Amino acid sequence: MMSPLQVIFILVSAITLGAALMVVTTRNMVRAALWLVLALFGVAILFVLLEAGFFAVAQVIIYIGAIAILMIFAIMLTRRIAQDPGPQINSTWPLAAVIALAIFGLIVLFIQGWDKTMSTPPALPDGFAPLSDLGVALVSANQYLIPFEVASILLLAALIGAIIIAWDRK
Amino acid sequence: MADPVTFIAQWLRDYLTNLGLASEWISVIMAALGVVVLASAVLLVDIFLVWVERKVVARFQDRLGPNRLGPFGLFQPIADVIKLLIKEDITPQGADKFVYNLAPILALATVIMLWAVIPISATVAGSTINVGALYIVAVGAIGTLSIIMAGWASHNKYALLGAFRMVAQMISYEVPMVIAILIPVILAKSMTLTDIVESQSVWYIVLAPIAAIVFLIGAQAELGRAPFDLSEAESEIVAGFHIEYTGMKFGLFYAGELLHAMTFGGLFATFFLGGWRGWGAETYPILGIGYFFIKAMFMYWVIMWIKYSFPRVRIDQMLNFCWKFLTPLILTVLSITAIMDKLLTGVPYWIYVLAMLLMNLVVLYFVYRTVGSYARKERQKVADPAKVRVNFPVKASTTPTQVS
Amino acid sequence: MIPLSWYLIFAAALFSIGLFGVLSRKNAVAILMGVELMLNAVNVNLIAFWRYLSFETMAGQVFAVIVFAVAASEVAVGLALVISVYRRRQSIVADDINLLKY
Repeated sequence: MMSPLQVIFILVSAITLGAALMVVTTRNMVRAALWLVLALFGVAILFVLLEAGFFAVAQVIIYIGAIAILMIFAIMLTRRIAQDPGPQINSTWPLAAVIALAIFGLIVLFIQGWDKTMSTPPALPDGFAPLSDLGVALVSANQYLIPFEVASILLLAALIGAIIIAWDRK
Repeated sequence: MADPVTFIAQWLRDYLTNLGLASEWISVIMAALGVVVLASAVLLVDIFLVWVERKVVARFQDRLGPNRLGPFGLFQPIADVIKLLIKEDITPQGADKFVYNLAPILALATVIMLWAVIPISATVAGSTINVGALYIVAVGAIGTLSIIMAGWASHNKYALLGAFRMVAQMISYEVPMVIAILIPVILAKSMTLTDIVESQSVWYIVLAPIAAIVFLIGAQAELGRAPFDLSEAESEIVAGFHIEYTGMKFGLFYAGELLHAMTFGGLFATFFLGGWRGWGAETYPILGIGYFFIKAMFMYWVIMWIKYSFPRVRIDQMLNFCWKFLTPLILTVLSITAIMDKLLTGVPYWIYVLAMLLMNLVVLYFVYRTVGSYARKERQKVADPAKVRVNFPVKASTTPTQVS
Repeated sequence: MIPLSWYLIFAAALFSIGLFGVLSRKNAVAILMGVELMLNAVNVNLIAFWRYLSFETMAGQVFAVIVFAVAASEVAVGLALVISVYRRRQSIVADDINLLKY
């Protein structure tokens, strides 16, 4: 008999993959964005299963609260395309499918040949606080301070760049 | 019998164990039962809120409000529900049926999801996840999504305009509100809501009054209530994103809005008014439930008070107020709070409280000065409008009028 | 409990679906969606490796945080570009945008 966690994992991953397939095949762009939201939400649930609650919540805030809504806005602002009745997939899609399947097959092959994969996760010790550890790691000079600062500069640059690019100069 | 809730839970757990279930399946069943009980309780409160809202509105507008059905009109919400249920259910032509029907469900469900992390008493809290404060923000994001879904799926331009306005407003006001939540998190040194409540031996409204005010304004805007009800400005876009919804689907939006207001009251109580804390609430957790709901209801009343007292603002005023005033203000307060918290480690708690209060008052004084001079300038502008040059040729035959 | 390989296979499938979307969709916004799926697959892998192989070190989580930041900035700039292109060309079909200078 399967444990409840395994049942949840299989359900969630099946829904997520199905939603992801709909994202890349639906003709209606707004619907594709809504399927994307479902797929991202499924990934958030997987983060919960991995005992990374912070990332589940951050996933919902950043991806659903910001990225997906931004995409829906962009789709509606480019409305003529969103209602395009023609096929939304270009003519070389069989080649794309072959490449995607080949990569999937290769990765699965590698995972099968790797000996560390079938382990159950090690138990977290009592009083283990990944959240504060993560916070400390991000601002400690001997750990990840520089990547963190680079990421913040990247965000600032993206902010300014997006404003300048989308600015209507008329 | 100090704590009936724990007692019942323990009894159920023992009963299920005696049935011979595996322990992990018992936790699944207990969790599912907890969700069902909490959600139903919240929804029952929600039905009651319809009466509260109508009665309070009536008092603000010098009316009596519902008073026919039952004592004090208490059964009025039941009649409302029956009326909504037997109304014709219209799906507009060209609507995306699935999304159209999903949106109201999502709108109400996200509000109920907020209750998962709010500690109602010392022993009753849906979940004590270590990112509770962030969870609230995340659930709010899903609520935003439900509005854009409703607006788009209705296939109506007023609905879409209303949804755009509402989403722009919610995304903007989320920023100061989230930063305002971070200040209690800094003070309590934890994002778990139960820890935040337990650390409030002095209510955080004393330590962080500015954060409390900003949170209240942000909540008002998140709710889309006056003075921020541009999304349903009747004279401009009829009813906003739910213009096409009829019957119980509209009812779900309405119930969601009422419950959302009450939930924000509860969140305000949790973050700034000490949640379930009160006299004897530690020894008798059942008292805590009462204290919590009294505080939450009081804040709900304050939200209604603001709603029925202020006129609507314009959209540019709304966005300017958020981005040019609230966000810089709360960012300043956040950084000062963090620095002061670091500087004041090791001092007695009453000095800590006094210093925080003093800092807030100083900031408030400067805000008062700045806003005052800004208001003077704006009044000046209205009182003495700049001369406008008119560029069309004025015919010589017409009597020359003063062009200003 | 859930074996690590389940997460890895799930992430591989999600990555491949995203890749298919990037390679086959016409609409530029849809291509961005495919990229988001791929980044998410990477994040699942990072967090799964953190949890199963090295939960004492924070490297996996820090990497995931940076992937979040990159995804957010990528979408912001990407969508700004899409809107800018749409304003000039009235089209966001990726095949039509084949001139570097207009």
